[in-house]
Amino acid sequence: MKWPVVTDAGSHEAYAYSGGKAFDAQLPCVVFVHGAMHDHSVWTLLARWFANHGHAVLAPDLPGHGRSEGPPLASVEALADWLLALLDAAGVRSAALVGHSMGSLISLEAAGRAPARATRLVMVGTAYPMKVSAALLDGAREDVAAAIDNVNTFSHASLASKPSHPGPGTWLHGANRALMRRMQSGQRGANLFLNDFEVCDRYGDGLAAAARVTCPATLVLGARDQMTMPRLAVDVGAALHAETITLACGHAIPTEAPEALLAALRGALVPAQASL
Amino acid sequence: MPGHANPGFDTLALHAGAAPDPATGARAVPIHLTTSFVFESSEHAASLFNMERSGHVYSRISNPTNAVLEERVAALEGGSGAIATASGQAALHLAIATIAGAGSHIVASSALYGGSHNLLHYTLSRFGIATTFVAPGDIDGWRAAIRPETKLVFGETLGNPGLDVLDIPTLAALAHDHHLPLLVDSTFTTPWLMRPFEHGADLLYHSATKFLSGHGTVIGGVLVDSGNFDWDAAAAATGRFTELTAAYDGFHGMVFSEESTVGAFLLRARREGLRDFGASMSPHTAWLVLQGIETLPLRMARHVENTRKVVAFLAGHDRVARVGYPELESHPDHALAKRLLPRGCGSVFSFDLKGSREEGRAFIEALRIFSHLANVGDCRSLVIHPASTTHFRMDDSALARAGVGPGTIRLSIGLEDADDLIDDLKRALKAAAPGKR
Repeated sequence: MKWPVVTDAGSHEAYAYSGGKAFDAQLPCVVFVHGAMHDHSVWTLLARWFANHGHAVLAPDLPGHGRSEGPPLASVEALADWLLALLDAAGVRSAALVGHSMGSLISLEAAGRAPARATRLVMVGTAYPMKVSAALLDGAREDVAAAIDNVNTFSHASLASKPSHPGPGTWLHGANRALMRRMQSGQRGANLFLNDFEVCDRYGDGLAAAARVTCPATLVLGARDQMTMPRLAVDVGAALHAETITLACGHAIPTEAPEALLAALRGALVPAQASL
Repeated sequence: MPGHANPGFDTLALHAGAAPDPATGARAVPIHLTTSFVFESSEHAASLFNMERSGHVYSRISNPTNAVLEERVAALEGGSGAIATASGQAALHLAIATIAGAGSHIVASSALYGGSHNLLHYTLSRFGIATTFVAPGDIDGWRAAIRPETKLVFGETLGNPGLDVLDIPTLAALAHDHHLPLLVDSTFTTPWLMRPFEHGADLLYHSATKFLSGHGTVIGGVLVDSGNFDWDAAAAATGRFTELTAAYDGFHGMVFSEESTVGAFLLRARREGLRDFGASMSPHTAWLVLQGIETLPLRMARHVENTRKVVAFLAGHDRVARVGYPELESHPDHALAKRLLPRGCGSVFSFDLKGSREEGRAFIEALRIFSHLANVGDCRSLVIHPASTTHFRMDDSALARAGVGPGTIRLSIGLEDADDLIDDLKRALKAAAPGKR
C-alpha cells in the first residue's frame, strides 16, 4: 500500500508492505523497519505471520529505497520523523516498532521522540553507537559494488542458514548482494550506500532517546554478528532496561534466522502465543 | 582473494548450503527420502502453506537435500537462488513457463541442443508460445527478432554443434535495452569455466546430468536466478511480466515481486511451476549431483587438460579435415572465447573426418575406450556420429544446413589418461581409412 507522507523533505508517496493482507489500522500494529541498503522484503515472512495473527502490519521501504518515493534521508532523526509521519498517514496511533540494524536506530529514535506511540521496541542486530569504519566509508566513495560485497560477507555467519528466507533454495549471500545492488541502482547520482552507513555512523542521540522511551524493549542479537557485535549493544540495552535475546546467527538476522526471530518476536509482542 | 570470510569456488563446491546435520551430526549431506514433513501444529501447517514461515511441506515443492543442491549451485554461479528439476529440459520449461504463456514470443539461438530446439520449435508452439531462431553471432538478427510480445532471450554458452561462443555481454545489453531477461544454458561450461551472471545474463540453467553430476548416473536440472533483473521496472516500461508483478489468483493474490524484490522469479517458479507441472528432482538424484559437484573443480581442470591434448592430436592428423574447438585460432569465435572462457572451452567438441558416413561409422566401431552413446559430460569419454544417429534422417544437404557433415564426430572427453584416449583415436582413424575396411 502507499500513503502520502509529509515531512520537512516534502510530500512523497511511501510504500509499506502489509503482510499480504489489507491494512486495518484498528488492529494492534507492528511496524518493521529495514536496515541499510535493504527494503521491506527482508521482513516478508515475519510480516505475513503477524498480519495473519491478528495484527496490522507496516513494513515500509524507507525514502530512496525500493518502492518509496523521495530522496534518501540523511539522519536517523529525519528518518524517525518520517516514520512517525507514515503512522499518521496510515491512521496508526501507536505501534510496536521492530527495526533491524539502521532500522533499529530509527525505531529507537521514533520511540524516544513519541513515547506514547510506541507500545514495544524491538531492536534487531543493533549496537549503539553504530560506528562504521572509515575504511568502509572511504571505500564506498570509490567503489560501491566492492563495499556491498564487503558488507555482504560480514553480514552472514554461515554458508548454510536454514531455513532460507523467503524459502528453500535461496542462497542468502547472493540474494542479499542482489538486493543491495538493486537498492543502489534505484538511485541516479546518489550514493545510497554511503548515505545509509553515514546515517548509522553519525547518530549520536541514542542514549538520550533511550532515556525517553517508556515502553518495554527487547534486543535480539546475533551471537556471531560481525557488523554490530553483541558487546556493542550493552549500553543501549541497559539504558532501555531491555530484555536481550541472543540467537546463533550473524548480522542478517531476519533472513539468517527467521524462525528464531519469529519466536523472539512472539515472546516480545504476543507472549500468550509464544509457545504456539 | 578468497579467505575464511569470503570463500572461493572450491570451498563453496564443498560447503555452500550444507552444515553438519543438527539432528544427527552427520557431516555429509543426508538424503531426505521422504515425501512429506510433519507439522508441529495446525497453526504451523497453516503458516507454512501461507508463506508466513520458511520450511518444507511436500518434496515436490521443496526438500532439504534438494535445497542444499539449489543453494550450492546458486553460490557457485553467483546467483540468488535456484530450483532443482527433474532434468535440464524441465529446467528450461520451468524458466519459460514461469514468465511466458499463449501469445508470448522467445528469441533464441539457432545453435541449440536438439531437445531444446524441439521444445521451442514444435512443442511450445502448440501451446501458443512462438520462437524466432537467430544465428548466435548475428546481433542485428537478434535485435530485429524482438517483438512487443517477446518475453525472453535465450542461448547456450557454447552452442550446439559448432561450439559457437554466445556473446553474453552484447546480448545481455541488447536484451536489457528492450527490458527483457537473458537466459542461458550453461551446461557445457559449468560455473568453473564461466559464470554468465558476471557477464550480464539474468537466468541460467544446467542439465545437471552432465558435468555437475559428472558420472553419467542421473538425470537432473538446475534453474538459477541472478536476482538482478528488475521485473517491476520492465513491467512498468512494457506491460510485460505481470506474472510476477500483478496479483496471482493461484496463490492468495500474491504479488511475487512484492513478496521478494530479488526472488520473485523463483518464488513463482516454485509455488506455481513445481506445484503444478511437478517436474521435481528426486532427493537421491540431488545427493548424487552434490557428490559430483564436490569434485567439479578438479574434474573440470582435468577435462580441459585432456581435451587440449586430444584437440592438438586431431588438429595435426591427416585424416581429420576440421576440429571445431574455440581455443583454436581457426574457430570463428576464438577471440570471444579468449575473453569469456579463459579457463578453457569445455570438453565437448566435434571434428570432421575426411570421407563419407561409412568412414564415420567405421571410426566409431573401432573405438575401444570411447563409449558410443547419446550423452556428454561423463567422467568417461564418449563419442557419437550424428549422421548415423541423431541426424540419420537427414540427407547430406540437410546435414550441412544443421552444421553437421557426413564425417562429423562429436567427442566428450573424459578423465582417462590422455595418452590412452589418443591411442584409441589413432587406432580408429587408421581403421576408418580408405582401403582398411
